[in-house]
Amino acid sequence: MNRLSINNDSKTVIAMKGLLNDRIRRSHVAPAGNCPVNMCASYARQCLSESCGKCIPCKVGLERVAELLEEVEDGKGTPKHLTDIKDLLESIRDSADCAIGFSAADDLYKATQEAWDDLESHVNKGVCNSVVESIPCKSGCPAHVDIPGYIALTKAGRYADAVRVIRYDNPFPASCALVCEHPCERYCRRNMIDDSVNIRGIKRSAVDGAGKVDPPECMPSTGKRVAIIGGGPSGLTVAYYLQLMGHQTTLFERRKKLGGMMRYGIPRYRLPDEYLAYDIDTILSTGVDVKLGNDITDKEFNEIKHEYDAVYISIGAHAANKLGIEGEDAEGVLSAVELLRAMGDDEAPDFKGKRVAIVGGGNVAMDCTRTAKRLGADVTCVYRRRQEDMTAQPEEVLGAIAETCRFMTMAAPVRIETDSDGKVSALIVQPQIPGEYDRGRPMPVSAERDEVRVECDIVVAAIGQKIDSGAFEAAGVPTNRNRISASDDTKVDTEGLIFSGGDVTSGPSTVIRAIEAGKTAAANIDQALGFNHRLPRDIEIPYANAKIPPKTGRINLPEREALDRAGDFTVIEGRMTDQELHQECDRCLRCDHYGMGSVRGGRESW
Amino acid sequence: MVKITIDGITTEVPKGTTILEAAESVGIRIPRLCYFKEINEVAACRVCVVEVEGANRLLAACNTVCDEGMVIKTNSRRVRNARKNNVKLILTKHNTSCTSCIRDGSCALQDITKEFNITGQVIENPHEKLNWDLSEPLIRDNSKCITCFRCYNECHKVQELTVWSILGTGRRSYIGLDPRRGDLHTMCALCGQCITHCPTGALTARDDTARFYEAIDDPDLITVVQVAPAVRSAYGEMLGLPKEVATEKRMAAAIKALGVDYVFDTNFSADLTIMEEGSELLQFLGERDGLPKGEFVEGKRRGDFPMFTSCCPGWVRYMKLKYPEMVPQLSSAKSPQQMFGAVTKSYFAEKIGVDPEKIFCISIMPCTAKKYECDVPELQDAAEKDVDMVLTTREFSRMLRGVNVEKLDEIEFDSPLGTGTGAAVIFGRTGGVMEAALRSAYFLVTGENPAPEVFCDMGPEGRSAGEGRPWREAEYKVGDAVVRTAVTSGLANTGKLVEAIKAGEVSYDFVEIMACPGGCAGGGGQPIHDGEEYAACRGSMLDRLDIESDIRYSHENPDVIALYDGYLEKPLSHKSHELLHTDQREWSL
Repeated sequence: MNRLSINNDSKTVIAMKGLLNDRIRRSHVAPAGNCPVNMCASYARQCLSESCGKCIPCKVGLERVAELLEEVEDGKGTPKHLTDIKDLLESIRDSADCAIGFSAADDLYKATQEAWDDLESHVNKGVCNSVVESIPCKSGCPAHVDIPGYIALTKAGRYADAVRVIRYDNPFPASCALVCEHPCERYCRRNMIDDSVNIRGIKRSAVDGAGKVDPPECMPSTGKRVAIIGGGPSGLTVAYYLQLMGHQTTLFERRKKLGGMMRYGIPRYRLPDEYLAYDIDTILSTGVDVKLGNDITDKEFNEIKHEYDAVYISIGAHAANKLGIEGEDAEGVLSAVELLRAMGDDEAPDFKGKRVAIVGGGNVAMDCTRTAKRLGADVTCVYRRRQEDMTAQPEEVLGAIAETCRFMTMAAPVRIETDSDGKVSALIVQPQIPGEYDRGRPMPVSAERDEVRVECDIVVAAIGQKIDSGAFEAAGVPTNRNRISASDDTKVDTEGLIFSGGDVTSGPSTVIRAIEAGKTAAANIDQALGFNHRLPRDIEIPYANAKIPPKTGRINLPEREALDRAGDFTVIEGRMTDQELHQECDRCLRCDHYGMGSVRGGRESW
Repeated sequence: MVKITIDGITTEVPKGTTILEAAESVGIRIPRLCYFKEINEVAACRVCVVEVEGANRLLAACNTVCDEGMVIKTNSRRVRNARKNNVKLILTKHNTSCTSCIRDGSCALQDITKEFNITGQVIENPHEKLNWDLSEPLIRDNSKCITCFRCYNECHKVQELTVWSILGTGRRSYIGLDPRRGDLHTMCALCGQCITHCPTGALTARDDTARFYEAIDDPDLITVVQVAPAVRSAYGEMLGLPKEVATEKRMAAAIKALGVDYVFDTNFSADLTIMEEGSELLQFLGERDGLPKGEFVEGKRRGDFPMFTSCCPGWVRYMKLKYPEMVPQLSSAKSPQQMFGAVTKSYFAEKIGVDPEKIFCISIMPCTAKKYECDVPELQDAAEKDVDMVLTTREFSRMLRGVNVEKLDEIEFDSPLGTGTGAAVIFGRTGGVMEAALRSAYFLVTGENPAPEVFCDMGPEGRSAGEGRPWREAEYKVGDAVVRTAVTSGLANTGKLVEAIKAGEVSYDFVEIMACPGGCAGGGGQPIHDGEEYAACRGSMLDRLDIESDIRYSHENPDVIALYDGYLEKPLSHKSHELLHTDQREWSL
């Protein structure tokens, strides 16, 4: 027997590693609405399977926790079960020998504390508050678009019907085909087999294939008038659905054009004008009365309130956060909002040959970085955390890197230096190291290193937006830290039928969340006005395919070559070929037919 | 059309045909369990799976649509193996106390277990504890539930009440009442459609047969039975009796054979109901100009809304649950069952000279909601309980297993509450109350009998009110007046009709509603045939009885005439109001 040998994984070990990977993939799409007691119990069991078996708290304690949770789940729980679970988890966390035990107990302790009401509900009322998700992509989409429906239609070549099905829940099929953050794909059940369906890519093909599709006919006029303040995705969504329901809407927009952040935030290379126009033109064709260049004051708001039967406030979040550092007011410092707004109005600043520093790590920072690049600048994106901590979508970051934008991470801006003319000459940053976790990310901590000087002519602060709700606050609309306070049904708790949604209530968020708010508001405004208009769902969806293709690679959308695209504002992303489209549509598991989708039955109107 | 091959047979079927339907079209029966045509095609039990060439998994035949060129095997080793295992798995969760189960013999799970030749205890079976108040008319025993979702979908799609919820997730998921939403009393019409669509004994109506025998055995009690119209169209089914044998008169003999003293007929009180409700309708039509219009005045009937029939307690419960503001629109006439009880314990008691409390009044009904109705405190006017107990057609048939019905000689119903007309017998199917009421209303106004067939548009084959309007409508000239009528059955249909009335899209004078699809013939207390609906064929049996009747007008019922002459004076008299009417607003759920 030799003293050492090379370790090769046995067949079993390879199989188990594969199984653990399968488990990871499945847990990404596991429905979070499932019974929390069951989820905690199975988590305890899984951690137990990792236990080495040495120390008692982990080996025996985790099993006891699992048993107690299972008894609660089985309706045999008593209040003592709950206190026992809490006590036990505390002591395992405190006394287990290694991380297998103490981190498991810590995770479970936090989770059970957060879900305490649910545990109590099992014990005291015998009720589980879990929600069964029937169609994961549809539940995951904030607007609840009938995704399996339009994929089936796209597959059948019925592109116009696909667009109609999307518009039933979301009047921005074209814009969302290019820019939606597609939370639906995260929940796609296909993740359990290989990878999610490229839902957004399919939508793009449907829209491109459909050409112009007229909206459905408006219902007979109700004589009701609704004012909408702010013409972004949320306001336009309200306008569209209320028009279809027979109400007359008037849309007040502060800027020269409609679209809100879709125009004044998202760069053209991601969302070309013609796609935005495709959606907005359809919406306006329902008869919306648009008043551009109308910045509503508190006095005007009060007049509108009296003149209209209901009001929807959707002014978005268009004010910039300040860096709060020395030199911020120097010439050459601007906010992301200012830069992107100018782009939206076709008033691009002259960045040619200039050195531009972008501060921030979110999607807006990436938009600014890549926009500056296209304006001919030498760009550096400065961020105080690690690249993986950026809130921007990874493909945005990688896209910017490919376009030869520089990235300086772990660097916190401390001051802006100016030249003798008062113009920006450099951004001074303090190197950082990642520290302890706070809300899911490590906090940056100053490194024991010297400050670094980033020479530049322009500094763009892309560190978040604020809400400019002063006029409404002055008119008595309740706000909380500048956000308008509206409940989940978008109703504002004040006299009159005042509703509000989108970024102005949620803070900066995605297009699809704004559409969700608009759809919610449209339904509730209709009801508040004394109606129950339901738009007809009259498009027949093709039958589900009997054969499900085996593990098949996801088709990603092509992008223009990085150096080629970095010089212009033409759209980056391409579309699928017919062959790719057919294969990708085929990958859809039709969860409207298989699984709970067919039990919950039918495509209900909202 | 698509071309497919099933078990070597090549055939063409219309686009959209499921594999299960396609197989049936070439004479191949695919086993199924959770499936119920149109109502529940959810592929939960995985018993109907088949092998399709090119598909890597087996596919559910019940909800997979045939594709062009599909080659299907319905009986391969893979298929048999999966089917048998899936039934065994269901059995591991099922309380297999079959010998004493009410559904022994009519249980779909039992049938499929036999079909697959599964014998012996499969796996140790620690089933659920029964967690239900057994005094309720409707009982759920989840130890027998196989989570097929039929009850959920029947209630959700056909009755649109969604009493049943899908609760919990994973292995603990089950179907039951969601206490956050309410309980039986606050959500359920008690129509019993979930019972008749349940494949097993998980959903049942309370069994009251023991109380029946107690009453028969009590020498101090005079037992009186009334039997509803729809019962005679169905009581022979569970006994395997052909229609020619299972006659009305043999049914009377069978009831007698169980040991009761008087066998009367709910047809009698159905005629009485027509006299009261028909007169009330004419009064309503005369007064309606003076009634409020346009908005609800608490507790007041509205002149621009119709009067609704009130004989179906499932519908009455629905109205009170969903549209409490519209309750005054219900006819104040009690149902035939309750009218019968009130007359038995007043007029009949006097006639035979006994204390009403000595009479024990039993109904045999096609209905589960009637079990509830007989206990409603606001409906007791002649005695402590006007109707003492209700048996469903199923309970009645079960008791008859010990009687050799085939050999019984036919007998007449007893007098004086045993005569019914053809107008009464069609109460047992949708549209019948309306037709019967119109026949007599016409006579009351004009003094002449209309031809009975004049109102047949109200029957099941009648004229639809149009697309998206699942009800029938007609206008009839009664004297100088035009009466606009509508009829529907099933509560989803009812909801649509009531909403259309509320929205002012339609306007009627008189509307008949039955909670169960097809009316009482398809009632929740009727015999169960897994996967099949019997309401239509039972309804046509009732039509035949009407046509064959000597008397086809309620106002010509001699027993009813005698009752008015000697006791009640006239319809809507003081005495009638006391015994035969109720204040719908006071009757709370």
